[in-house]
Amino acid sequence: MSDLTKLTIAEARDGLKASKFSARELTAAHITAMESAKGLNAFITETLEKAVEGATRSDDRLAKGEAGNMEGIPIAVKDLFCTKGTLTTAASHILDGFTPEYESTVTANLWAEGAVMLGKANLDEFAMGSSNETSYYGNVVNPWRRTTDDQPLVPGGSSGGSATSVAANIAMGATGTDTGGSIRQPAAFTGIVGMKPTYGRCSRWGTVAFASSLDQAGTMTRTVRDTAIMLEAMAGFDPKDGTSVDMEVPNFEAALTGDIRGLKVGIPKEYRLDGMSEEIATLWEQGVDWLKSAGAEIVEISLPHTKYALPAYYIIAPAEASSNLARYDGVRYGLRVEGENLDDMYSRTRGEGFGEEVQRRIMIGTYALSAGYYDAYYLKAQKVRARIAEDFKEAYKLVDTILTPTAPSAAFAFGEKGDDPLEMYLNDVFTVPASLAGLPGISIPAGLSSDGLPLGLQLLGRPFDEETVIRTAGVLEEAANFTAKPTTWWRA
Amino acid sequence: MGMIIQGATGDWEVVIGLEVHAQVSSNAKLFSGSATEYGAEQNTQVSFVDAAMPGMLPVINRAAVEQAVKTGLGLKAKINNFSVFDRKNYFYADLPQGYQISQFLQPIVGEGILTIDLKDGVTREIGITRLHLEQDAGKSIHDQHPSMTLVDLNRSGVALMEIVSEPDMRSPEEAAAYVKKLRSILRYLGTCDGNMDEGSMRADVNVSVRRPGDELGTRCEMKNINSVRFIQAAIVYEANRQVDILEEGGTIAQETRLYDSVKGETRSMRSKEEAHDYRYFPDPDLLPLEFDDAFVNAIKADLPELPDAKKDRFISEMGISPYDAGVLVAEKEVADFFELVAKGRDAKLSANWVTGEFFGNLKRTGNTLATSPISADALGEVVDLVKDGTISNRIAKEVFEEMFDTGKSASAIVDEKGLKQVSDTGAIEVAIDEVIAANPEKLAEYRGGKDKLLGFFMGQVMKNTGGKANPGIVNKLLKPKLDG
Amino acid sequence: MSLDKATVAKVANLARIRVEEKDLDSLANELNAILGWVEQLGEVDTENVAPMTSVADMQHRWRADEITDGGYQQDVIANAPSDEEGFFAVPKVIE
Repeated sequence: MSDLTKLTIAEARDGLKASKFSARELTAAHITAMESAKGLNAFITETLEKAVEGATRSDDRLAKGEAGNMEGIPIAVKDLFCTKGTLTTAASHILDGFTPEYESTVTANLWAEGAVMLGKANLDEFAMGSSNETSYYGNVVNPWRRTTDDQPLVPGGSSGGSATSVAANIAMGATGTDTGGSIRQPAAFTGIVGMKPTYGRCSRWGTVAFASSLDQAGTMTRTVRDTAIMLEAMAGFDPKDGTSVDMEVPNFEAALTGDIRGLKVGIPKEYRLDGMSEEIATLWEQGVDWLKSAGAEIVEISLPHTKYALPAYYIIAPAEASSNLARYDGVRYGLRVEGENLDDMYSRTRGEGFGEEVQRRIMIGTYALSAGYYDAYYLKAQKVRARIAEDFKEAYKLVDTILTPTAPSAAFAFGEKGDDPLEMYLNDVFTVPASLAGLPGISIPAGLSSDGLPLGLQLLGRPFDEETVIRTAGVLEEAANFTAKPTTWWRA
Repeated sequence: MGMIIQGATGDWEVVIGLEVHAQVSSNAKLFSGSATEYGAEQNTQVSFVDAAMPGMLPVINRAAVEQAVKTGLGLKAKINNFSVFDRKNYFYADLPQGYQISQFLQPIVGEGILTIDLKDGVTREIGITRLHLEQDAGKSIHDQHPSMTLVDLNRSGVALMEIVSEPDMRSPEEAAAYVKKLRSILRYLGTCDGNMDEGSMRADVNVSVRRPGDELGTRCEMKNINSVRFIQAAIVYEANRQVDILEEGGTIAQETRLYDSVKGETRSMRSKEEAHDYRYFPDPDLLPLEFDDAFVNAIKADLPELPDAKKDRFISEMGISPYDAGVLVAEKEVADFFELVAKGRDAKLSANWVTGEFFGNLKRTGNTLATSPISADALGEVVDLVKDGTISNRIAKEVFEEMFDTGKSASAIVDEKGLKQVSDTGAIEVAIDEVIAANPEKLAEYRGGKDKLLGFFMGQVMKNTGGKANPGIVNKLLKPKLDG
Repeated sequence: MSLDKATVAKVANLARIRVEEKDLDSLANELNAILGWVEQLGEVDTENVAPMTSVADMQHRWRADEITDGGYQQDVIANAPSDEEGFFAVPKVIE
C-alpha cells in the first residue's frame, strides 16, 4: 500500500468508497505520521483513541453506505474550537484543564459528515499572533526549511499547528480560524491552501472568541478541491449564532469548473507596497499572467484606504478582545491564582494566565475603549473600517475577484520579528483589509522563494461568493502546479 | 406638595429621580433559552451562555423585545425602531461575561410620561427619560460560607427593563407614588410581575437638594432598594444628610451610596467604585435591533386598558367616586374583580361592597384577592339580594362574614337561617304594636316632644324581628303609630 | 496622545491584569509605539461616515420565548476551580 498520508481528501474519499483501504488504515497511517513529527509541536492534545473510535465508526458507515462527505478523513482541529470532553486551551495557560461540556457547531458539523479528529492543533495564544510564537504550549515549527540553512522557521499564525499538520502530511485537512489573516498567512508560509469564507458563513458558536466581528472559521487543506469539500461540511446556518447567515451552502466542489473565461480579476494598485520584495512582486505578476492565459480579464482597481486597514484592525480587534477575554477570571473554569481578595485573584490569574502578546492587546483594547479615548480610537477605527468596506463594494462593481499576494514575505525564523510588535503586525497587511470587510479569501501556494520557501497568492471575493473564489483558485492552482514538498527532516 | 427641609439658613427643596429595574415577564432569559422562574436550586437555570463559557453567543428573545415595546407604549413613550446593544465592561464575581449586555446610547424606548396619583385625587406627570433592555447579573451570597462568597447564576442573563425617570419628583411620597403607579402599569401590561420581595422590581434612587428655584444640586445615587418604604426612608435620610452638609458650608460629592435598611442610613460606597470606566461599545455578537411599525402596531393593538383610562371610565360611565375608582384600579386584579361583580349590577353599590366589606373581610381573614374564598359571582349575589330587598344591608354584612368563614353561598345562608327580609306590612305592624305596648314611658316622652326616640323604637322593632324587617317599611309604619 | 506610567497602571487595573511596577515603563513604550502608529487613522476623512455596525448586510434574528436550555448544574460547574454545593466559590467579598 502506498503512503496513505500523501492522498488528498478527494482521493481518500474515493479510495474509501471503493474499499481500497479502510478508514482505520487511513487514520493509522496518520497517527504514525503524527508520532514521528512530535518535534514540529503541531498539537497541544492528541486524541488518538478518539481517532481510532471515529475511524471504526466511519468504516461501519461506509459499509452501510451511509458515508458522509468527510467520512473517515482524519483532520486536525485548531485548539480554539471547543470539543466536548477534550481539553480545549486556546493555547493559553488561563484555560488550564478546561474540558468543555459542549461541541462547537463547526466541529459538530464535521463529525456529522464523518470526519475523524486526530487532535487539537497548536496556535498562537487566543489566535493572537502571526508566527505561532505566542502559544503557552511552545512554538510550532514549519516543516519547510530554507535551502540555504537549517534554521527552524515559523509556520505563520495564528493557525500554525493546523498549517504544519497539513503541510507535513500529518492531517489531511485542518480547521483554522481567521481574524486578520490567521488561516491565509500560515497557509502561504507552509505551502498549502487556506480559505476564510465570508463572515457569517460558518457558525462562531463554540469557538473561543478573539474579535467577534472578525473571527471566521475556515479550512486548511492541500488542494483547492479539498477546501471545497471541507468547507461545505463545516459551513451552514446556525440559529445559536446571531451573526450566522441563513443561506443555503452551495456545492462548492461543483464550482470547480476550471473555466474562468471572461471573469474580471481586479489588481489593487495600493497593494504594491513601497519596498515590496522582488520575489513577491514577480509572483504576483506571474499570477496575473496565469489568470489572463486562462481567459480572465485583468482590471486595475483602487482600494484607496488599504493603508489604514492595519491600524484600524489593531484598534478594533484588541478592543473586542479586551471585552471577550474578560470572562477568563478564574471563577468558572481554567486557571485560578489565589489572591488576597477577589480583585487580587482576578489580577493574579490574568497576569499569570495570559501571555505577553495577549496582555498587550487587552491593554491596547482597554485603553481604546476607555472614557475620553473611545471616539478618537474605537469609533474612528470603525468609521475607517466602513470606508474600507465601501472601497471593496465599489471595486466589486468592476470586478468579480481580486488577486493579491498573501503575505509580504516567506516564512521567517523564530525570534526574527519578536522584538517589535509592529513589525509582526505588518505580516497581515494583505489579509486584514478583507477581514475588516468580512469578505471571503483564499491563499494558494504559487511558487517558491529563492531560498526554497513557499509563497502564496490570495484571491478575494464578493460576500457569500466563495464559489467564484474557489473556481478561480482552482485555475490558479492548476497553472501554478505547485508540487514542491518539504523534506521530511523531522522524522530523523 | 414637595418636601421642604427647613434649615437654619433657609429652605431646601428635595429633587428625586428613579431608575427602576423591572424584570421582564418571560419564560426564557434575554439571550438564552434557560428558565427565569424564581427560587430554583442554585445554578440549575443556567446555560453555557449564561455562565459565559468560551465561545458562547447571545441570541435575543423576541418576547423580551415585545415586552419592552409594550411597556414603552404603556408609558406613552417614543418607541425606537432601531436600537443597539452595548457591552458595559466591569469585573464582578456574579457577572460571568465580564460585561453586562445593555443599551447605552440607543435604547429601545425614549421619552414618555407617567401620571402619579397623590392624596385627595391630585395627580402629577413625571417624565420618563428612557427605557432599555439589559441582562441581570447573578447572585453573590456572602454569609453562607466562612471564607468564600458563593455565586449562583440563575438570575444571570434574565431580561431587565431599566426605566429611568426625569428628576421630577419632589418628595418621598411622590417617589412612592411613582413606584406604585409604575408597578401597577407593568402589572396591567403583564410585562413585569412587580414582585419587589423577589427582586422583580428594584430601584436606584437619585437624590439631590437645592434652594427652591435654583439649578439642580449634586446628586447621590442609592442602589438597589427593593421596597417602597425603604425608598421613602432612604430619601428622607439622604436629603437631610445633604442639607446638613450644605448648611455647614460643605459640598456634596457625587457618589453611589448604600442604603442600610437595618440602620436606616445611607453610607458611601466610594471605596467600591474606584475609577469605574465601563468602556461601553456596541456588542459585536449582536446586530442592531431593528423592527418595523407593523411590529409595534401589532403590540399596540393588543394593549390592555391601563389604570388611568380605567379610572376615567369608572368615574364617567359607572358613576363611581374618584376616590373609590382610584382604589379599584390600583391593582389590575382588583379592577378585574370589581368589573365582574359590577357586570349587570348597580356599579356604585358594587363598588361600595368591594372596597368596603370585601376588603375588610379579606383583611379580617388574612386573605388576599388571590386566596379569597369569595368569588366575584358570590359577592354579586349578595349585592343582588341587597338591591332587590331580600335582605337588609345589615343582614347582608353578617351573611357576607359567614360566607367568608364557611364558603357557603349567600342565598343558602339566608334560607338556612331564615334571614329573608320581612316586607309583609301586617307582620311588621304587629311587631310595632308590641314594641309600643311594652314601652309606655318612652312613648309618653316621645309624644312629649323627644323626637329622637324614634330611633329607639326603630331599633327595638328591628331587634324584635331579628333584623329581618324591611327598615324602609318599618320607618313608614312606625311614625304614624307613634304620633298616634 | 501618550501613555505615562500611571495611565498604564490604571489601564492594567481596569483590565485586571497584574503588572509589576518594574515592567510599567517598557509596557508604556510598547503601547505608545502602537498607539503612535495608529494615529495615522486621523488622516482619513470620516466626516458623515457611519461607523460599521455589522459586517454582513443582514438583520438581527431572535429566538422564541421557550425554555430550551439549562438544567445541568453539574455541567455548569464541572470546570470550576472552586465550588461548594452547586455554587461557584470565590474569595469572600466584604460589602
